[in-house]
Amino acid sequence: MTDMQETVVFQRPETLEDTYTNYCPGCTHGTIHRLIAEVIDELGIRERTIGVAPVGCSVFIYNYQNVDFAVAAHGRAPAMATGIKRVQPDKVVFTYQGDGDLAAIGTNEILHAASRGENITVIFVNNATYGMTGGQMAPTTLPGQKTTSSPSGRDVEIQGWPMRVAELLAPLPGVSYSVRRSIHDPRHINNAKKAIRTAFRAQLDGMGLALVEILSACPTNWHLTPVAALEWLAKHMLPYYPVGDYKISEGLQ
Amino acid sequence: MTKQLWKGNEAVAEAAIRAGCEAYFGYPITPQTELLEYMSWRMPQVGRVFLQAESEVGAINMVYGAACAGRRVMSSSSSPGVSLMMEGLSYIAASDVPAVLVNVMRGGPGLGNIHPAQSDYFQAVKFGGHGDYHPIVLAPASVQEAIELTALSFDLAEKYRHVVIEVLDGSIGQMMEPAEMPEMQPVRLERPAWALTGATERPKNVISSIRIDSEGLEAHNLHLQDKLAHIRGCEVRYKEYWLDDADLVLVAYGTAGRIALSAIRQARAEGLRVGLLRPVTLYPFPTERLARLAKQAQAFLVVEMSAGQMLEDVRLAVEGRAPVRFYGRMGGAVPMPDEIFEVVRGLCYALRPPKPSGNGHHPARRPQPEDPGPQGAD
Ligand SMILES: Cc1ncc(C[n+]2csc(CCOP(=O)(O)OP(=O)(O)O)c2C)c(N)n1
Repeated sequence: MTDMQETVVFQRPETLEDTYTNYCPGCTHGTIHRLIAEVIDELGIRERTIGVAPVGCSVFIYNYQNVDFAVAAHGRAPAMATGIKRVQPDKVVFTYQGDGDLAAIGTNEILHAASRGENITVIFVNNATYGMTGGQMAPTTLPGQKTTSSPSGRDVEIQGWPMRVAELLAPLPGVSYSVRRSIHDPRHINNAKKAIRTAFRAQLDGMGLALVEILSACPTNWHLTPVAALEWLAKHMLPYYPVGDYKISEGLQ
Repeated sequence: MTKQLWKGNEAVAEAAIRAGCEAYFGYPITPQTELLEYMSWRMPQVGRVFLQAESEVGAINMVYGAACAGRRVMSSSSSPGVSLMMEGLSYIAASDVPAVLVNVMRGGPGLGNIHPAQSDYFQAVKFGGHGDYHPIVLAPASVQEAIELTALSFDLAEKYRHVVIEVLDGSIGQMMEPAEMPEMQPVRLERPAWALTGATERPKNVISSIRIDSEGLEAHNLHLQDKLAHIRGCEVRYKEYWLDDADLVLVAYGTAGRIALSAIRQARAEGLRVGLLRPVTLYPFPTERLARLAKQAQAFLVVEMSAGQMLEDVRLAVEGRAPVRFYGRMGGAVPMPDEIFEVVRGLCYALRPPKPSGNGHHPARRPQPEDPGPQGAD
């Protein structure tokens, strides 16, 4: 036996709780939770970070992250985050929201938080469906996509067009950062993490609302295996929701 | 301290600031807007947070956020805006965080009008949001009382970690009266242990209204019900006038209570045995006091600026032991003392028909107990 030197190459971030997951196999909410936890660790802000959870599959994000958390009403996280941040501007406040939460019931709250330039970070998870309620049509559901409430596929003549949130919010002066990332392969995961870090940095620098939209897989409601779901995301979501930077304020480059 | 002329809405705003309110979030709506406008300059002047929200939905969720951070926080609105806040109030009540809301009630339903009304009693007292809860509901009848109850609202909200709604009707919000403002209280700097202030040298705090298993949610509901039972035991407040010998007991709150008192003075001058119970807390309701009065009085008359909402609570308290009559105006109409007096006289004569005497009209004059004095002085 030779002397062996053990080097830690991978470990659980302090911000990530050591617990079992409620998410379905292949769901990428968990990956995104981990990226946020890594960024919070790396920035050394765990003890002054307050998260605001949405209503949706990720309502229990507070079980997975070791920071203070509030759970908002459906869609109201940006308003709640506004209240938390305005009374303690020295804290780091982020919302974590699904596409039903942010882009349907909560459009008013996100739009005005963005317009006011609330100094918060928004992690927006776009899985093209309402996961928690069992796969109904979301504002982000693709044209032709079948869901339990658009059984013959989304007909844009009737149900309108899917909403591109990162592009929509980017032009607002109160928004410091608005980008879209994806989570379907390691390269994209790494880029998503970098964007999350920038979105927190924007807040630390007091630059206004920073949003990262992340394309995420929902194998259960897409009726696909975990691997096939990632492929479906790349094939169908990326063309309509291009990964890209829609706003990067000066100083964040 | 000397009295100054204060408009109700502005008096409530200043009273909140003096009670240490650290943040205000609201949205304009008549007849409440002066409260928001006053806050918009006064809060920054004293280094506190004012933000005009995008809607009442936004405002109440900002309140929810600031309350989670352990701050004294409030919003104000009027009836249609308060309807929009019901979701948020249900979440706040479920989360055991303190928050204060002022509803300067106006005529409804729908857009209704901007005149004073009391038609949001059910919404406030019977919980307009979903789930089993009641807010604490306070109802002042003068500008002075509105000042005092505003300070009390924050204390009760914090004591019970609960929602407190102060219902003014539009006339108290809009009216100017001489009133005395309390001294400025220092803002409380230490934060409650449960507040979301960042997990520095302590385990994380989570404030949530979700309890996924029925056992857990039932246990939480039992806790909320215990809290309400405690509130019912300790926080009932009311004012009474001439009740000792009253055949007829009027029950009225806020502006209606004040007008009823004028009518009663008129009636007492005619020798009629009438008194007033004016609830100051609408939740908890003075049920026990009314139940005791039901053994002594011959009849009750509820006066409201609504179709009869508190009426139901009075009937529940009286439990059929005496007839409970109602006189109300709606849609922003405010009853005149004479109107109420006529109803009172009719009821009193029905209870004790006047004996034929000199003029054949008035009952025998008896010595009357002393006038309890002007409103709010007791
Ligand atoms: C006011 C209100 N309306 C509807 C619901 C039901 N509901 C719960 S989660 C959800 C959709 C969540 O979808 P999304 O935001 O896309 O998140 P996901 O579950 O896909 O992560 C809905 C409609 C609710 N809880 N509250």
